[in-house]
Amino acid sequence: MLIRDPRVTASIARTAQLVAKRGGVRFIKPDVFTGYALISPAVFLMLVLLAYPFVLAVYISLSDRLLGEPGKFIWFGNFIKLLQDTYFRQTVWNSFVYTVTTVTLKLLLGLALALLLNQEFPCRNWVRGALLLPWIVPTSLSVLTWLWMFDSLFSVINYILLGLGLISKKIPWLGDTFWAMVSVIIVNTWRGLPFFAISFLAGLMAIPRELYEAAEVDGARTFRKFWHVTLPLLQPVIAVVVLFSTIWTFADFQIVYILTHGGPLNATQIFATMAYDVALVAGRIGEGAAVSLFLFPALLIVIILILRYLRQE
Amino acid sequence: MNQDRKRIIKRILCLYLPLALFLLFALFPFYWMLISSFKSNPELYNLRINRLWIYSPTLGQFQELFKKTAILHWLWNSFFVSFLTSLISMTLGIMAGYSLARLKFPGAEAFGLATFITYLVPTTLIFIPLASVVQSLGLTNTIWALVATYPTFLIPFCTWMLIAYFKSIPKDMEECAMIDGCSRVGAMVRIVIPMAIPGIVFSFMFSFTLSWNEFVYALTFISDTTHKTMSVAVPTELIRGDAYFWGELMAASLLGSVPIAILYSFFMDYFVSGLTAGALKG
Repeated sequence: MLIRDPRVTASIARTAQLVAKRGGVRFIKPDVFTGYALISPAVFLMLVLLAYPFVLAVYISLSDRLLGEPGKFIWFGNFIKLLQDTYFRQTVWNSFVYTVTTVTLKLLLGLALALLLNQEFPCRNWVRGALLLPWIVPTSLSVLTWLWMFDSLFSVINYILLGLGLISKKIPWLGDTFWAMVSVIIVNTWRGLPFFAISFLAGLMAIPRELYEAAEVDGARTFRKFWHVTLPLLQPVIAVVVLFSTIWTFADFQIVYILTHGGPLNATQIFATMAYDVALVAGRIGEGAAVSLFLFPALLIVIILILRYLRQE
Repeated sequence: MNQDRKRIIKRILCLYLPLALFLLFALFPFYWMLISSFKSNPELYNLRINRLWIYSPTLGQFQELFKKTAILHWLWNSFFVSFLTSLISMTLGIMAGYSLARLKFPGAEAFGLATFITYLVPTTLIFIPLASVVQSLGLTNTIWALVATYPTFLIPFCTWMLIAYFKSIPKDMEECAMIDGCSRVGAMVRIVIPMAIPGIVFSFMFSFTLSWNEFVYALTFISDTTHKTMSVAVPTELIRGDAYFWGELMAASLLGSVPIAILYSFFMDYFVSGLTAGALKG
């Protein structure tokens, strides 16, 4: 049986440290073997199913492989072809529009929501939990609900907006190039907002109250307190959350796949959905792999920025 | 008196009203999912009545679903895959997390960094070559394809989560245990793991949620109806061509969402504290 009283264990530990410091006895065996043994299963799995496929992705993207046909090596043929393709250029543009708009919306709304949730009000925990739901529930299933809400004939959103007199004729949510992009942006914001809000809330809760009190003594009003105390202290959390969300949104798949399938007229096609269409629907595996590799530079930039941020901390 | 009134109005305008709007935005889709799945078809497609209410609730959509589709298979597959992959990932994550948090060996820092980087790799970056790896392993069209591949995004998450958690546990206890003759692994199993239960529970549950919700791999690797998981089966099997059976679709979506919502409601405190801890440390 091990000693459970923390006072006893602490005093033993102190004695042991003293003994160890004098160079008398070495209690703890070298950890090298145990260390490698403990991480090796995880490392093995990651090498086989993550690192190797990544190398394979590069290899496949340099070939004209088709579904069921190995294909031959064509160097950067796929990449050159894609860069000249107006269809692909539109995908690049769409991906940027989608990412920049949703991340900005999630940032601003998330900040507002976190500030609201940080105040005292009845049923606060219940409200916090309820607001997290869109982020927890399976995305493909909740997006199906949005698909039903955007239905051309039975859209409940149009039903409500018409009923309230906010619009005079139905909005063609998924049937129009502009509104289709608006729709996928709304749904992505809906899904990602809780992650932003709860992360910012955690950041807000970590800010010591004394700082606000000090600012109040100096005569700062609400807005100045937010600008000079809250925002600077929240900045690390904001940076990390924004970077995380940027790469996830840039590589997003389900929302667009289920809502619009990239349409109408390619208006909402983004990298991942185009890669899927080219590789697995049209069967041009090499070209599809090249499309998804365009996500890699974005990933690299995000990784570098996050690492730089974490180093500074 | 006037001052008081002003304060109440300000509180309503600056707190309750915006909060209500956020709640409406977040929860309305779930309300719509719920009432759509308990309506009969004539009521569902009737534009003349108040559509936000339900006049004659029925279980008809669910009965159709169980009669016509393999929904029990899909639910079971989702559960089986999520449970097994979470268990695997949690175990490997505990081992790797402990090793990286506590032990000093050459390359430990590089592995920690690699964990973090792989955590960021989106599944859509590698799903095409992974499909051919899955095929050469002979796993295409079986749920084992998912059991094998899901840990690639779950292990980095669990490891990263648990490194932070293990680091927050004081070292004294396990050092004492080792002085008492416990081995390093013995100290980990008997001292550190029991103290890290909240972190471990959180990483298991969150892995379960991530597996349950996963879409791209399941869509790519599996095409047989009976081997699909809920998240893919509902949008692919219940939509046939241009025919949308919205009542059944919403009923199935509800069935696929409820297990996660229940899991979440039981462990909400773990979720929120785990998420916030992750956000602070991440």
